[in-house]
Amino acid sequence: MEVVRVENLTKIYGRGDAQTLALVDANLSVQKGELVALLGPSGSGKTTLLTAICCISEPTSGRIELDSETVFDDGWTGIDVRALRRQKMGVIFQSYNLIPFLTVLENVELILTLNRVDREQAQSRAMELLDYLEIAHRWHHYPSEISGGEQQRVAIARALANDPKVLLADEPTAALDTERGKIVMGLLRKLSREKEAAVIVVTHDVRMVEGFDRVYHIADGRIQN
Amino acid sequence: MNLAIRDIRRHKTRFLLTCVGLGLLLTVVMAMSGIYRGLIGDATKVVEATPAQIWVVQKDTRGPFAESSRLPEDIEHSIAAVEGVRRASPLSFQYVQIPRGDKPIRLFLVGYKLGGIGGPSVVVDGRAITKKHYEIVVDRKSGYAVGDTIHLGLEDYTVVGITQGMTSPSGDPAAFVSLADAQVIQFQLDNEAIRNNRERVVSTYAQLASVNPFMRDRATKQALAAAENPHFANAVVAELDDPSMAPEVASYIRRWNHYQVFSADQQREILLKGFIEKSQKQLWMFRTILVVVSGVIIALIIYTLTMDKLREIATLKIIGAADRTIISMILQQSLLLGLIGFAVGYGLIRRTYMMYPRTVILQPLDMFVLFGVVVVICVLASILGIWRALKVDPGAALSGG
Repeated sequence: MEVVRVENLTKIYGRGDAQTLALVDANLSVQKGELVALLGPSGSGKTTLLTAICCISEPTSGRIELDSETVFDDGWTGIDVRALRRQKMGVIFQSYNLIPFLTVLENVELILTLNRVDREQAQSRAMELLDYLEIAHRWHHYPSEISGGEQQRVAIARALANDPKVLLADEPTAALDTERGKIVMGLLRKLSREKEAAVIVVTHDVRMVEGFDRVYHIADGRIQN
Repeated sequence: MNLAIRDIRRHKTRFLLTCVGLGLLLTVVMAMSGIYRGLIGDATKVVEATPAQIWVVQKDTRGPFAESSRLPEDIEHSIAAVEGVRRASPLSFQYVQIPRGDKPIRLFLVGYKLGGIGGPSVVVDGRAITKKHYEIVVDRKSGYAVGDTIHLGLEDYTVVGITQGMTSPSGDPAAFVSLADAQVIQFQLDNEAIRNNRERVVSTYAQLASVNPFMRDRATKQALAAAENPHFANAVVAELDDPSMAPEVASYIRRWNHYQVFSADQQREILLKGFIEKSQKQLWMFRTILVVVSGVIIALIIYTLTMDKLREIATLKIIGAADRTIISMILQQSLLLGLIGFAVGYGLIRRTYMMYPRTVILQPLDMFVLFGVVVVICVLASILGIWRALKVDPGAALSGG
């Protein structure tokens, strides 16, 4: 089942002589439970594609379909994109982006609270995820009190809390050493299989994409499958 | 999960210090409201404490408080004879400044006829004046105690009673003496002045050679008697059988053409206009400036708190938090700051208002209004922070941003 579909997506920054083609006729398809990498050097357009799928930046033209709903068709279709992200997407950030004033448990619980899940249920679900990612013993710590690898696992737990259809990871290993990076990638592989989420990982590190179902290479805004 | 509280927990020192600072500012605002109410209370206290509906004063004056007024004491009898007047009584008012220890103290001296209108309404310690001379009742604010002696004019007066909260229109502690003593203190000349006055009158009349010597001596005596007569009052007040008849009685006395007559309400109005108006405007200005300063402080702290968490706000937007969640977080912080500041201010003023040199009256209505103003200010002050938060690009949370 196709969860993410991108057709002829183009993004142009600036106008006239100052125009920059960030993305040119990009096409992409990700199935349920599939692990996909967007691989490319810095400035190749991979983050532009990710922000477009995430409904953060508006493409110039093209079409985006998420979980069979058209969200962009040469313009936003009027879908509440925040609600869409809240309910169907999980995002993993390069620098984890945990909320520093919330504990590990509260960080994971947060997205459930935003989805109006009952507090007890939210806590139990958050603990379950922390346990799954083997970080439950740190539940009462603040992000500043745990290591980078542990923070990334908490960030993954947060991204999984709403049981997302699409999991987007933006350079999830960039702030980790190679060994920890491989552990995180292994974890994402496991998630795509066990949680059946469509996982899209943006990375510039070719060593990290081993075992991915598909790798899209991006260069100068153009995708090569 | 309350994001506002959890964020404050991270910045609790800064937040609490701001609350204390804001609380101190609001203490001053509350004190000013209290001082304003105190000014009104002090200004009208004498009129309120005098159970009279009519104030008769010197013609063409707005006495006895706003302007000086002097009229013969014995007109009380004419006024008492007016239909509808139950009783009338002369009163004298004057300020005296006397040394007490190494500091001068100002007293508002009220002279009243024993058994008449206008004495101390409640004596909280000791007793009221029972002897016609050399007894005095003072307000507690003066610092005197029962048994103390106060030197006024040419005589010593013994403190026999203490009142509570009786002040002049300008806030000085009141002191009560018999009218006879007050007249001596206010109107009686000292010996040197009497001698000078007598010589001046005698020499003036001695120049009238053509006048019959008997008539000249008689005129001289009358002139001397008039010059040395202390039987004056500053006002004569009247209590009516029916207080609603005040306009009619006042109008009747006014027709005599010798006196000015005010109802108690008019006297209160004169006091408020004369003593309060400028102070009121000034206090309003100070209060407005302080409230604006409070608003600016709240806006600044909320803005910096928001600036400190732009990345978190971007993250919240990416994970799907609605704008109302972000707005609510900032608004709650602003309101919390205002509420804690208000509580600190209220706590402080409740504990310190008795220490102010001027009367401070804290009225619940003023506190409610200020509370409402603080809430409005908090809402307005959070607009800048909310505007900044809503402008945050969620993409800033990506790529190490």
